[in-house]
Amino acid sequence: MNALIEKIESEQFKKEIAPFRVGDTVKVHTRVVEGEKERVQIFEGLVIGRKGRGLNSQFTVRRISYGQGVERVFPLHSPRIEKIQVEKRGDVRRAKLYYLRGIKGRDAINVKELGKKTKKK
Amino acid sequence: MSVGLIGKKLGMTRVYNEKGVVQPVTVLHVGGNIVTQVKSVEKEGYSSVQVAYGDQKESRLSKSQQGHLKKAGVTPKSILREFRAEAGDWKAGVAVPPSVFVKGQKVDVMGESKGRGFAGVVKKHGMAGQPETHGSMMHRRNGSIGNRSTPGRIWKNKGMPGHMGTDRVTTQNLEVVQVRDEDGVILVKGAIPGATGSIVIVCEAIKKPKAVVAKK
Repeated sequence: MNALIEKIESEQFKKEIAPFRVGDTVKVHTRVVEGEKERVQIFEGLVIGRKGRGLNSQFTVRRISYGQGVERVFPLHSPRIEKIQVEKRGDVRRAKLYYLRGIKGRDAINVKELGKKTKKK
Repeated sequence: MSVGLIGKKLGMTRVYNEKGVVQPVTVLHVGGNIVTQVKSVEKEGYSSVQVAYGDQKESRLSKSQQGHLKKAGVTPKSILREFRAEAGDWKAGVAVPPSVFVKGQKVDVMGESKGRGFAGVVKKHGMAGQPETHGSMMHRRNGSIGNRSTPGRIWKNKGMPGHMGTDRVTTQNLEVVQVRDEDGVILVKGAIPGATGSIVIVCEAIKKPKAVVAKK
């Protein structure tokens, strides 16, 4: 890539991003503008995928809201994202957890926690 | 019209604006533009400003080109281009900075589209083509090209296979997202014809010359 384009992109990188991985449960603090006012909205859920590289990185967060699966895709370096808080570390063996979309009930959000032993079902 | 810039397409990236919205931008290198000649109504019959871009070895230029640039007091440059503009403060040897354009202004960008070689009608003219299977032996052909004895000829501009690309293409009304004098770069919203590394011409949008003024 051209050095000047790299420079333009590197200016937009976030300084600090909490290290999180697929399978983690995170709280994403996003800034929402409503008319004149600006407030922070929190979206909590399971990271089911990360894609792209550099400035184009995105991650997908999935949660079950009133029995309905909801997914949101966030650009990692967006200035609208105030911070990403890791609530729980997950232990998963896949890069993308898209299989959760087809699962109903408790299993849909239950991902093994890192370092904990869970009983085999 | 005012003075524009000659530049090089460096590639595309994305930029977050102050609202946090992603904007796709093309990065254009426009550093090193310099005025080589100012034409006037009295002398040449019309007024324009000639601008040069792109450093070049002197031995690559003809004697007449060398002489023309020497007269202007400009180092050897490879590309010259005129912009219809009033002389104003422009004089030979004056640098044209990227900041002749301001953020939010609309510009037209001219470039040469990518060459596609000898292309068929499906690619070149967007024709639908014919069935691929069921015994069809006519997959991407051009089909009928006209009627019978009336009109007895083929209409002009009938789409047929042939060379595609390397045309001069103008993209109009692109917004200037950033002007970076220190890097010699401007960022323009959206895509621009041509390959990365190709030469483009940036000038004020002919259809929206006052877009910025209206905003302020």
